[in-house]
Amino acid sequence: MTKTTYREALRAAHREALLADPRVFIMGEDVGRYGGSYAVTMGLLAEFGEARVRDTPLSELGFVGAGVGAALGGLRPIVEIMTVNFSLLALDPIVNTAAALRHMSGGQFSVPLVVRMATGAGRQLAAQHSHSLENWYAHIPGIRVLAPATVADARGMLAPALADPDPVVLFEHAQLYNLEEDLPDDGHCDITHAAVRRAGTQLSLITYGGSLPKTMQAAELLAHEGIDVEVIDLRVLRPLDTATLCASVRKTHRAVVVDEGWKSGSLAAEVMARIMEECFYDLDAPVARVCSEEVPMPYAKHLEDAALPQAPKIVAAVKAVLNV
Amino acid sequence: MSEFRLPSLGADMDAGTLLQWLVQPGDTVHKGQVIAVVDTAKAAIDIEIWQDGTVQTLQVQPGEKVPVGTVLATLRAPGEAAGAAPPPQAAQLAPVPPATARAPSAASAPSAVSGAAGGATQGPSPPPQPTFAAGPPPLPAHPAAPSGLRLRVSPAARRQAEALGLDLHGVAGSGPGGAITLTDVARAAASALASASPAGPAASATVPVAEPTPGTPATDRQTEIRRAIASAMSRSKREIPHYYLLETIPMARAQQWLAQANAGRPITARLLMAALQLKAVALALKRYPELNGFFIDGQFQPASAAHIGLAISLRQGGLIAPALHNVDQLPLDALMPALADLVQRTRAGSLRRTEMVDASITVTNLGDQGVESVLGVIHPPQVALVGFGRITQRPWVDAAGGLCVMPVVTASLAADHRVSDGHRGGLFLAELREQLQHPEEL
Repeated sequence: MTKTTYREALRAAHREALLADPRVFIMGEDVGRYGGSYAVTMGLLAEFGEARVRDTPLSELGFVGAGVGAALGGLRPIVEIMTVNFSLLALDPIVNTAAALRHMSGGQFSVPLVVRMATGAGRQLAAQHSHSLENWYAHIPGIRVLAPATVADARGMLAPALADPDPVVLFEHAQLYNLEEDLPDDGHCDITHAAVRRAGTQLSLITYGGSLPKTMQAAELLAHEGIDVEVIDLRVLRPLDTATLCASVRKTHRAVVVDEGWKSGSLAAEVMARIMEECFYDLDAPVARVCSEEVPMPYAKHLEDAALPQAPKIVAAVKAVLNV
Repeated sequence: MSEFRLPSLGADMDAGTLLQWLVQPGDTVHKGQVIAVVDTAKAAIDIEIWQDGTVQTLQVQPGEKVPVGTVLATLRAPGEAAGAAPPPQAAQLAPVPPATARAPSAASAPSAVSGAAGGATQGPSPPPQPTFAAGPPPLPAHPAAPSGLRLRVSPAARRQAEALGLDLHGVAGSGPGGAITLTDVARAAASALASASPAGPAASATVPVAEPTPGTPATDRQTEIRRAIASAMSRSKREIPHYYLLETIPMARAQQWLAQANAGRPITARLLMAALQLKAVALALKRYPELNGFFIDGQFQPASAAHIGLAISLRQGGLIAPALHNVDQLPLDALMPALADLVQRTRAGSLRRTEMVDASITVTNLGDQGVESVLGVIHPPQVALVGFGRITQRPWVDAAGGLCVMPVVTASLAADHRVSDGHRGGLFLAELREQLQHPEEL
């Protein structure tokens, strides 16, 4: 057990991947000389050279497309996109090509591509760098979507993502990079299951990514008031681990979903729908959710804070569902 | 123009699936005509219309499941021009019987007629919960199903209450918006248990809730029937202070009369002892009307006629006790075919609405099973149940003081002590005994 940060855990995972398999390489904007926008790849250029750690022009369409080609050609590319907002420029190679080729070719081609990107708000980067669009990707069949929310997952998810023969999109919430936690020595990590982060009896708080720390904080506040809630971390946004969600709801009979995405058409909406489909008769109260306000993310600090899910909002939502 | 809405076929029915239309737009229909077949949780039921007119439109397609109160068809009054727009108050004309507190009967069994009679319990009629029978999405001007009356109950609490046979009316809700939650159900169940008689059902507030198991329709139907029986019987034993009386009735005269009457009949027209027993019960009830009716909202409401619920066991399990109407007025030659028809249609799953809700007392006959007597469970909101056992040979002291062998049957009465007392119940059984001594007058 060693204490480390989310950023360092990601860097260690990348280094390990580059060492383990000569087909693995990293490319993206500023990943080389600058060391990555969030310093994840700091030092890797010096260690592995320009062929394995490649700076790209400011063209998401171009370099993600190149990543798809490299994956088809037998390499194992890790493509970093600076934020999910910018990834919209690369939706075509991800959605129309990477996600579809296995099916369109009758299984003759697969695209073993890993696309990593930062997501989320909280750093006053305003409406073009702060959105939480994980649900856009979680909508697409043919790709796996991961949201590591702990240091252990940041360390462990990359290797199985690279081992997956199909495209994997990995979302790193920008507010998590400085998160410091104990890293278990057991490196095992699956990319199929949701995780119970805190066991509880009265209500299931279901969340993922950058909202996990806020949700854990809310659970702690609630515990001080004698309210015992369970916290579920989705971890895998596609395919959703409905069984774990529903097992929790069947136990607690109540659920609140916390999602930094906007309410309309959100992952929270999908989670709620599955609860309704699978365990309606176990519900003892309507399922509620805490999402971002439906505005483009504001720049001003107090407005940004107000627009995002926060621990007090989660606490209030839980109390409303419990009617306490 | 009027609207024909899906009627409630019992307090536990909140929706039905239209199986078949027996009319088309343009058809003329008459009051009492069966115009559609609707599948409920229990059976396929023929639905009658309660006014004359011409079918204008059919609003629901076969296979559709719709809530009680949904407009199934629109109807032009006799003489009304086609194409007339429905007046805003049309719903007032709608032949929707208010969700009746009387539930479809299902009770212990009389069936000398058809063999296997059911268990000594009565059947499906859950607590009268307008909750379940309440209306569909707000239908304006439909006073029978005001949506405001629907209790706010969480799905888990609703299922738990149903499993426990608990009536949630009057239970205070502690959930959001005053909704009744699992905690409230547990509390209500605990207090109901505390006030129930020691002999009450062993319903426990901590009974684990079964997961819903999707199954074949047949399995669903059986599950539904079993659930309905559980609910009605739990309610009966929880709410009704039963008292029980037994009387041994000599049957020599009835048997001799029946043998003679049948001697001259073709097999198809032969009478069964069950028909005599039913008629005797119906006639005896005339003098003891407090055994024939319903206990609703703390009051006894006598029935206008002897609509006897026959407990009929179903081949796949469970039982239903549909009403045989006006038994007191039917001569045996009419009663017998009506009885046979009802048993056949019950087993075929083809009952009429009125048969599902009208029974004012239940008769069960477990004689075919070889038992000597049966102590029944009253089917709420009815107030009495009459049971017959097997006819058996017994040593008997005749009127002259001599010993003889006598065929006898044990008749039993389970009655609601809130409505009648043992003295009157005993007189009723004595009257029943007398009726069976004069079979020629039945």
